Amino acid sequence: MGASPIIGVLAIQGDVREHSKMLVESGAVVREVKHASDFAGVAGLVIPGGESTTMGILADKNNLFEPLRAAARELPVYGSCAGLIMLADVVTDARLDQPTIGGLHITAQRNAFGRQRDSFEIDLDIDAIGAPAFHAIFIRAPLVTSVGPQVEVLCAMKESVSRDDTHSQDERIVAVRQGNLLATSFHPELTSDLRFHQYFIEMVRSA
Amino acid sequence: MTLQNDSNAQVATTRVKRGMADMLKGGVIMDVVNAEQARIAEDAGSVAVMALERVPADIRAQGGVARMSDPDMIDKIIAAVSIPVMAKARIGHFVEAQIIESLGVDFIDESEVLTPADFAHHIDKWKFKTPFVCGATNLGEALRRINEGAAMIRSKGEAGTGDVSNATTHIRTITAEIRKLSSMRSDELYVAAKELQAPYDLVLEVARTGSLPVVLFTAGGIATPADAAMMMQLGADGVFVGSGIFKSGDPVARANAIVQATMNFDNPDAVAKASRGLGEAMVGINVADIPVPHRLAERGW
Repeated sequence: MGASPIIGVLAIQGDVREHSKMLVESGAVVREVKHASDFAGVAGLVIPGGESTTMGILADKNNLFEPLRAAARELPVYGSCAGLIMLADVVTDARLDQPTIGGLHITAQRNAFGRQRDSFEIDLDIDAIGAPAFHAIFIRAPLVTSVGPQVEVLCAMKESVSRDDTHSQDERIVAVRQGNLLATSFHPELTSDLRFHQYFIEMVRSA
Repeated sequence: MTLQNDSNAQVATTRVKRGMADMLKGGVIMDVVNAEQARIAEDAGSVAVMALERVPADIRAQGGVARMSDPDMIDKIIAAVSIPVMAKARIGHFVEAQIIESLGVDFIDESEVLTPADFAHHIDKWKFKTPFVCGATNLGEALRRINEGAAMIRSKGEAGTGDVSNATTHIRTITAEIRKLSSMRSDELYVAAKELQAPYDLVLEVARTGSLPVVLFTAGGIATPADAAMMMQLGADGVFVGSGIFKSGDPVARANAIVQATMNFDNPDAVAKASRGLGEAMVGINVADIPVPHRLAERGW
């Protein structure tokens, strides 16, 4: 792997620009990926934040699921928020026909913290990226409600900030890794803290 | 793995409000008046729907005072779709905004399409947990709305006409004024703030970053895939489509086509493909034929 890996950012909609900026600042070359032909030569892929329902519908209409699933099998892929939902094997509180890329053995609950008025920011300690705490931004964010045995939980919150009492589990998982797949409920790309993107580029370099 | 407490969480900050708008970028937001239209919009790939009682073309045709939508209808639309739901409050009508917030709507549009409730003051948007989008025809107006707490700006255009000319004027004006600020000497920015009638700190921020501090969509008169793609090429982060979809001959086809054209705005082959077989576009009204007192873009200041 060369010094500057080419990393694709899925550019259906969402905060493509913010991810691209963070990746460039972390030493990658970025390519926006919108068509099946754009995938050739990328060494890793980011599925940005946005609306997962919209991304699923438009990925389907533009015949992107096949190359996206191939990427999730073969390449390091990082999904934030909507990207986490897109990578999840199972999604709850979504349209019944919500298509996903899958491959990440988790169940993701959409909008698990409530509606937009309940969106929040919080400092989280995440061992994988080291000290100090990471300032995490949650926007209509999903939660990981169950994980398979191969999934490493990178970060879990103790209690929900949701006013909705239906979530009774103690661990509220918001960051996971399973081999080549990385996913967060929150949006590192909306901060200026490059550590998650650097962590992902390290995954790409050592793949 | 570390398990941690949520005691340091901050809810509904400026960053999560503006961040919500970032998640809509590259997308189309469609006006809908019932749950069935909301489902058509979602199936087409809209990033959000705007719940309102009448689309602008009907408000224009029927006249009368246009107000916030019925809460029951907003509830039905929220229940019908999984994408975010926006709703409109009248300019200055902070109680309509409070009601919309209590319904759990994701974004409030303080909109000139409805009849203004206050001719002096816009809503103090900092007081709300729900983010606001506001219309603007130029940079000064956009910065005044941001100063009041707007987390997203849409250029106004002339809603309910199907005539894209005002949308073009407004997005071009805003982006040109931003480019002009970027090229100024720092000592020229004081006068620029005075001329824009906008707070100096926001003028300075725009001059330094070369962009608005919030997402900029465009709206008002967008009726075809080509209109949407042109707005994107002119620098919009996304588009609102009002009467253009459900006042056309084949709303399902047109909704799909406008979404595809917005996503592939820089690909003429894709926009050409999206433009085929759509049936009748909305009939439309030339903005020049509308008497000045009936022009919606001139509401708000």
